[in-house]
Amino acid sequence: MKGFYLLLVGVAVIGGGVLWYGSQRTPAPVPSEPVPVAAADGFRGYTLGSDSAPIEITEYSDFECPFCASFATVQMPVIREQLIATGRVRWRYRDFPLPTHAYSRYAALAAQCAGEQGKFWEMHDQLFTNHQWAQTAKNPRGLFREFARGLGLDLDKYDACMDGQRYAGRVQASVQEGEARGVKGTPSFYVNGRPYQGRSASDDFKALVDSLTKKHK
Amino acid sequence: MIRRQAIVLLALVGLLVATYLWLYKLGVLGELQCGTGSCEYVQTSRYADLLGLPVALYGVAGYATLLALGLAGLQPRFASDRRVSVLLAALATAGFAFTIYLTAIELFVLHAICRWCLASAAIMTAIWLLSLADLRRAPAATP
Repeated sequence: MKGFYLLLVGVAVIGGGVLWYGSQRTPAPVPSEPVPVAAADGFRGYTLGSDSAPIEITEYSDFECPFCASFATVQMPVIREQLIATGRVRWRYRDFPLPTHAYSRYAALAAQCAGEQGKFWEMHDQLFTNHQWAQTAKNPRGLFREFARGLGLDLDKYDACMDGQRYAGRVQASVQEGEARGVKGTPSFYVNGRPYQGRSASDDFKALVDSLTKKHK
Repeated sequence: MIRRQAIVLLALVGLLVATYLWLYKLGVLGELQCGTGSCEYVQTSRYADLLGLPVALYGVAGYATLLALGLAGLQPRFASDRRVSVLLAALATAGFAFTIYLTAIELFVLHAICRWCLASAAIMTAIWLLSLADLRRAPAATP
């Protein structure tokens, strides 16, 4: 019996040591500071909906912002169904990572790198649907890579894109565009180029689109 | 006695695994060492919390209780006490049922596998089987 207790103590000490060692390791750094602006490639943001839709809504958003996540998961599905899928609205997503958020710029890069492989909106949905990462203040690099894997991205291309911060210039250009338009917080919306001051609710967007459509007629 | 020893040893390993996942949820650990699994995806999903508490914390509490109960059951005065076997079997059955629920969530809802969760599931399954065997071998009446 004494040998058994010695075995227990040994397992406890080794296991506890491994846990302690793990807690001492600092996570790998993730770029959270503004990165140098590369020459903008003229990119104007990913869009949803028909190019011939009479109304365009531009959203300035931050993947780490809880209000943006709430909007993306609660309101956006209705907007997609009622306004975008019906051809009434084209939705344009623009990055506006706030400097107070440690990983929002990194998340924006992840979405852009997914977009490079045709999966921007899928990554957008993953980042907002599984938003717990934004509350834990932990390095989300591994998680985002898991999202990329789950979306079926070529991980070698994704890694190269992320490591090289390939679209940092795009993200920064989007921020500068937002600042020039007067964006102060996220999410902010512009309807056919004009700032939208109403509530961020699908019903309000629908009412606005209804009224604008009537004017067009 | 050998079964209770095995239960104690497994509960200790399970406690370490659950503690690891709990520390991750607390933000003490940066990244989960997961190999090719989807640990972080599972651990940051909404199913990683239950009633406002991390699922891993339930694991810590469950394994700690099993460990304490098993250690008590190894003491000479409780060695042939059927009540310990009943309690172990009841707790292990609850843990096993919870394990089935969590594994089903991984397989059929999240479509992702967390290796640490699978390890915990294997440990809990083994504890459950051992507790049933211990219950069958326990004397019908407490002396």
